[in-house]
Amino acid sequence: MLPMFFWAFVVGGLICVFGQLLFDVAKLTPGHTLSLLVVMGAILDGIGLYEPLADFAGAGATVPITNFGNTLVHGALQEAEKHGLVGVLTGMFEVTSSGISAAIVFAFIGALLFKPKG
Amino acid sequence: MGGKTKEQKQYQSLEQKHEVKRPVLKNCIKAFFVGGLFCIVGQAITYFYIYFFNFTEQTAGNPTVATMVFISMLLTGFGVYDHIGQFAGAGSAVPVTGFGNAVISAAIEHRTEGFVLGVGGNMFKLAGSVILFGVFSAFVVALIKVLLIKWGVI
Repeated sequence: MLPMFFWAFVVGGLICVFGQLLFDVAKLTPGHTLSLLVVMGAILDGIGLYEPLADFAGAGATVPITNFGNTLVHGALQEAEKHGLVGVLTGMFEVTSSGISAAIVFAFIGALLFKPKG
Repeated sequence: MGGKTKEQKQYQSLEQKHEVKRPVLKNCIKAFFVGGLFCIVGQAITYFYIYFFNFTEQTAGNPTVATMVFISMLLTGFGVYDHIGQFAGAGSAVPVTGFGNAVISAAIEHRTEGFVLGVGGNMFKLAGSVILFGVFSAFVVALIKVLLIKWGVI
């Protein structure tokens, strides 16, 4: 259990450092950086590297936004196994739904509860 | 593209001289620690779901992400996330809480314009690009992989 926390910290931290380098060295905006990280997550899962990383680092791989790309590809491939090519579209949000649903639901609740500052 | 004029070159060197150098190393260390801490919290939540709600190591990622977004709502609503973001840069933007923060802060900010046009219309203003490029790249990657498997290449 403890090594898992350690590797989650290290791997998650390193992904954030990579994002910071894209901010500071490549001078990308946060929007560009996050989009790029999501695309990289999708590609990494496509070549089969993201799942071993998630097994190894746990939340260190599932908490950064790269996981969003990973789960999208995952859902698409899972459904494609069952239904062939059309599964790529129907399965896209199969695994990812929790993040998007949570973001929408909690954003609305947040807008009901909190008032904008300044 | 033609060559730059003398004035442009002069301006460029002037610009470089006065540009504030970003403390890259310091920023990276901050991003590493804060980003790592978010992942430790995520790992704790993952174990919570594994032990109390019968999720497996593979499936616990989903409720973890949802819970992190919930935490992000509270931190954003009370104005704490902004401060973390100023300190940690990518350390707070890259974890999924940053995605949540982008959606939630846009929703709160635009509520004065009404719930339909304001909150509904602007919720994905910042996070929309992440969803667009995530979905499109996932579509391309999955399509290529499915076709390659179908044709027996892999």
